[in-house]
Amino acid sequence: MHARIRSLALAALAVSAMTTTACKKKPVVAPAPTPVVAPPFNQDSANAAEAARRAAAETAAKAAADRAAAEAAARLAAAVAAAKAEFAMPVYFDYDMSNIRDDQRATLEAKLPIFAANPDMRIRVAGHTDNRGSDEYNLALGQRRAAEVKRYLVTRGIAEDRIDVVSFGEERPAVAQDNEDAWGKNRRGEFEIIAGANPFKLPR
Amino acid sequence: MPFRSIRWYGVPCPCLLLVAALSLCPVPAVAQDTIPAGVRVGLTYDPSTRPGVFVTAVAGEHGDSVRAILARDLDFGDRLTVISAEAGPPPSGRFNYELYLKLGASAIVQASVTRQGSLHVAVHDVAAKRVLNVADFAFNGSAPLSAAWRMAVHRASDEVERWITSTRGIAASRIAFVRDQRLWFVDSDGANLTPVGVGGIALSPAWHPTGRYIAYASMADDGTHINVRDLGTGQTRRIPSLGGTNITPAFSPDGSTLLFSAGDDGTDLYAVAPFGGEAPRRVTFGRGTPTSSPTFSPDGRKIAYISGRLGHPEVYITDADGTNAELLTESPSGDRPYRASPDWSPDGRSVAFTSQEGPNLQVMVISMRDRKIRQLTGDARNEDPSWAPDGRHVVFTSTRSGAKQLWVLDTESGRTRQLTRGAGVARMAAWSPRMEQP
Repeated sequence: MHARIRSLALAALAVSAMTTTACKKKPVVAPAPTPVVAPPFNQDSANAAEAARRAAAETAAKAAADRAAAEAAARLAAAVAAAKAEFAMPVYFDYDMSNIRDDQRATLEAKLPIFAANPDMRIRVAGHTDNRGSDEYNLALGQRRAAEVKRYLVTRGIAEDRIDVVSFGEERPAVAQDNEDAWGKNRRGEFEIIAGANPFKLPR
Repeated sequence: MPFRSIRWYGVPCPCLLLVAALSLCPVPAVAQDTIPAGVRVGLTYDPSTRPGVFVTAVAGEHGDSVRAILARDLDFGDRLTVISAEAGPPPSGRFNYELYLKLGASAIVQASVTRQGSLHVAVHDVAAKRVLNVADFAFNGSAPLSAAWRMAVHRASDEVERWITSTRGIAASRIAFVRDQRLWFVDSDGANLTPVGVGGIALSPAWHPTGRYIAYASMADDGTHINVRDLGTGQTRRIPSLGGTNITPAFSPDGSTLLFSAGDDGTDLYAVAPFGGEAPRRVTFGRGTPTSSPTFSPDGRKIAYISGRLGHPEVYITDADGTNAELLTESPSGDRPYRASPDWSPDGRSVAFTSQEGPNLQVMVISMRDRKIRQLTGDARNEDPSWAPDGRHVVFTSTRSGAKQLWVLDTESGRTRQLTRGAGVARMAAWSPRMEQP
């Protein structure tokens, strides 16, 4: 039984091969009875072909380079955005206090390489408060907070004239709610680049 | 509609009796409107009793409104008890003083709007059965019921209060405040609520002693600056800034000095000429601590302000040149103190301020004589007091009705009334001086 199936399959293959050959409308090339004279070598078309091949290669290479460049640019943009976000990260304060908390030092330290990479960069530190105390005293307290942030950065080597300080008191809350969590997020120092960082350079 | 007053079987209420009695005596009242020269006038006024006063119907154009404003002003003054009986028709004859005595009136206020466009007011001393004082108050051509017209009626109320109690009223005054970070004005009776068109975020309004200018802080992205606005012309002048934070302005009582808080490290008080011409002069030396919210004593010799030099805000006083600073509000033991927002009373006798009391801020007053502290509020969060020109009432911010609104408190009787209502948060009130004749 197996032998029969195999012979049937072979027969089918032979038929299909013949059919395929027959269907090709290619002119039948008869075996040449006379010696074939080689056609004259066409330098122009060879050049053209070579140029086309090279152009295609170049286009491909350029596309690859562009793609790589775009990817690199995207990576850079992402890195810059990340660095800027890192730089903009606020520092937080305790109620009615303006000293830099121990757990906030790392946030400030992370900004130092960005100052180093962008030596012309100038920034504004804005001090904010929660809305629990006196509205007016909060303006003064916000100023103290901004000043403490500046003092920290100056002691870490940043030139004084690169940092402006300003207070918004309780007038611009990050979270406009009345609870411990919101208050904690509103007692903050914010960082804004105001000049000298375009283009923004990444720290090494 | 006098017939509504009849209660039982045709027995009329006192006001009907009054109306009947008044209409029976057609003698001109003008004959009484004089006081013999050299005679001291004034009822015997006892602050604990609040003498009764009856405001008669007011003849002339918009007489009903005049009567309503006069009666309300005298009521809000908290020195008199306004007798709420129906007015009946305007009196036109000799007064039946016995009748008013039965109503509990010590004084009668009789007013009429004249054809010449002024408000004629006579006050009668009921016990002495004579006219106590008479005066005319000019409307100066202002449209009836306009803000200026109402202010003229308020001036009349304030004089009436002075004639009867020898203390001038405070109806002819306004309160500047901040709502939704914009400047607003409202008259002392809650009428004539008006926004002031200044750009940006406006904070901490402060009155010039003439009432003609207002200083305030304006906040932008680059910081906060002090401005002085001419309320007549609308022209605004920015005081040259000292760094990015320039806050909490206050005028000296003579109007020649503007004090504000500024600084780069901490904040300190600086004195400057409000209309230009002088470099700022530093008044306090806080060595990097927060300082804000100055207020002058009425003689201009001393300043009270907030400083955080102890690590928390407290009220200090100092000589106007910055020397002899001392802690005014002694810290009690226990909870961490928090004292802010001082305002020196116009009579110089006390300083109102805000203090953290338990979970909330409360309005307090400290006597400058014995340094005794009295708590004035206790319901919800109350803060940022500003004295009325009488040194008796304060306007302050309270959450007792929900969102922050302005309330007026009589520090003698404890009576309060709500000054602002409606949407938005009202705060940072500053009570004007008395608005004199324009």
